[in-house]
Amino acid sequence: MAFEQWIQQKIKPITAIAAALVALGLASHWLGQTFLQQGFYIIAAIIAGVPILLRAWSALRMKIISIELLVSVAVIGAFIIGEYDEAAFVTFLFLFGDFLEQKTLAKTRQSIQTLADMAPTTALVVQPDGQTAEIDVDDVVPNQELLVKTGAQIPVDGEILTGRGDLNEASITGESRLVAKENGADVYAGTILENGTLHIKATKVGDDTTFAKIVELVEDAQDTKSHAEKLIDKFAQYYTPAVLVIALLVGLVTQNLRLAITVLVLGCPGALVIGAPVSNVAGIGNGAKHGVLVKGGAVMTTLRNVDTFVFDKTGTLTQGKTTVTTIHQDDPTGLQYAARLENDSDHPLGRAIVAYAADHQLLNPGLKVTATQTYQGLGIAAQVDGQQVLVGNQALLKQYQVTMTPQQTATMQTMQTQGESLVLVAVNGQLTTLLGISDQIRPAVAERLQELKQLGAKQLVMLTGDNERTAQAVAAQIGIDQVHAELLPADKVKFVKQLQSEGRTVAFVGDGINDSPSLAQADIGIAMGSGTDVALETSDVVLMQSDFTELVHAYGLARKTVGNMRENIVIALATVAFLFLGLIVGVVDMASGMLVHEGSILVVILNAMRLIGYQRPVKKIKENWQIAKEN
Amino acid sequence: MTTTLKLEALTCPSCLQKIQKALQKTNGVQDVQVRFNAGKAIVQADPDVVSSQALADVVTKLGYTVKKITTK
Repeated sequence: MAFEQWIQQKIKPITAIAAALVALGLASHWLGQTFLQQGFYIIAAIIAGVPILLRAWSALRMKIISIELLVSVAVIGAFIIGEYDEAAFVTFLFLFGDFLEQKTLAKTRQSIQTLADMAPTTALVVQPDGQTAEIDVDDVVPNQELLVKTGAQIPVDGEILTGRGDLNEASITGESRLVAKENGADVYAGTILENGTLHIKATKVGDDTTFAKIVELVEDAQDTKSHAEKLIDKFAQYYTPAVLVIALLVGLVTQNLRLAITVLVLGCPGALVIGAPVSNVAGIGNGAKHGVLVKGGAVMTTLRNVDTFVFDKTGTLTQGKTTVTTIHQDDPTGLQYAARLENDSDHPLGRAIVAYAADHQLLNPGLKVTATQTYQGLGIAAQVDGQQVLVGNQALLKQYQVTMTPQQTATMQTMQTQGESLVLVAVNGQLTTLLGISDQIRPAVAERLQELKQLGAKQLVMLTGDNERTAQAVAAQIGIDQVHAELLPADKVKFVKQLQSEGRTVAFVGDGINDSPSLAQADIGIAMGSGTDVALETSDVVLMQSDFTELVHAYGLARKTVGNMRENIVIALATVAFLFLGLIVGVVDMASGMLVHEGSILVVILNAMRLIGYQRPVKKIKENWQIAKEN
Repeated sequence: MTTTLKLEALTCPSCLQKIQKALQKTNGVQDVQVRFNAGKAIVQADPDVVSSQALADVVTKLGYTVKKITTK
């Protein structure tokens, strides 16, 4: 119906006019102009009442007993008994409350809206003749070559063909630090090229881009309800019709129409229905802004209850790539020789050495290598640049009767207890260089795990396929309570199951690639995935930057969000109880009832808005750390 | 065929129910998901029976504005 549409679009001016009329009514009342007063109130009630009545009717046609219906019946009742002032107040307050709800709800939804607005709209296609043409991003097809200029958005997921540039990937990771990328690197739709020019090949377009998936996931999450919310929804479905019946009964029994319509207004379930979802929306929105994707209200609630965190080691607690972490040498010659020899091998330890040498400008492919001998499980021996060079473990050096000083032996032992793999380099029978190679622990893991405990985590468990010694060394450095090494993926799942059978709520934190079974088995699967599809799909929570700060943020946020939701439910129930008590005592009438009711809705929304600015509680924990240290 | 209707911001939970039921009752509609917070209705429907525009009209008739229609 066109009229209905017109009315709903003009709801703001209608509310404003009703406000003015109510004010005029009040003024007339003070001036003693009873006739004028009644006139203003009647017009106000009709103007504000029509949109409410229309909404009630359109819902009723769908067999829905809406809040608007309760209000409409109440207002008609008020007209029958000549309470025009009450009718005017109630209708105006209802519309005005709705207006304020819209404004405040928009704030709680802002994070996701901001995210969705970051979606790219156009792309520059490179045509066969080398010219570019601007097209709608929806028309880009995979493998098409696109040009991205400085300051522009990457339109689709792609791979850099030529060029280099600094990208702001905040839309994907929540982190606005610039990332330098060049040939062959992957770029993501929605990220911004801050400087440089890129030619990219489209790999994923439309709904398949990581960005589109994130938006879809967050939007879906905000409307995925927790058990408590589902229960409330069910309750509300019966509650609203029940209020109508109760009001009818009250009217019939007491023969008091005034009382009956007051019950109708007081019975509106507003704050209860909106209270829990609004906390979730704000909480999930906050997460999205900080690179933490939480898949819905139910996940929030379970995450809050997690008492045991199980971590995969490689790629989760550690970077997942071996690097040279310690080096003992007098001069870099040994390292240079080792790098030259390992350049031809693809041993993981060798690759780490080559990478380290490359970083320190010590790669010299010009060095001549002759008489290479490879010993399986020991290392390499060769003539490099005319010198006799050994690169390998202690056993290799022993075989060549290379001796070491007591100090060197002690250094080696220290390195081993730190969980490092040793590579020794001897030149002409002299041990010159000791290299410690390990999979580096992610930054600040120890501090972040401590923070998890401060927030309420009871036990931190590490599971790994790696050997016992390395596992223990890593665990000792970061403060893990329980370590289980040399496990197969299937063993990890069993372990999670066992913890669950002991009555714990388990979160499994993994990289989402080879941990999928454990992620699925745990009560909460947390994936550290820098924009990988698998991570997005298999887990309940995704940490976009693979950062432990995000993990702490997620856990703290879940606690705050669930707490906030509970507060809102209490506020809503207390309001209803207060109103009915007031009714019994006789201090609450229809208009003041509506005022309190609308007020309570605003209070729960405002309460939820506190979640928008939630930050990981950094300062307090630092202080506690210092106290702990001093003791 | 999936039609996504971007709506104006929804504020009352009964609006959601209304839109949901109205779309469900429409001929040719297989599944409806209304996202309260995202302000979106995602409708699976048979394109031979009901067009995307017709789906949008159902919502418009209830008094809500459809901002954008996308189909896939």
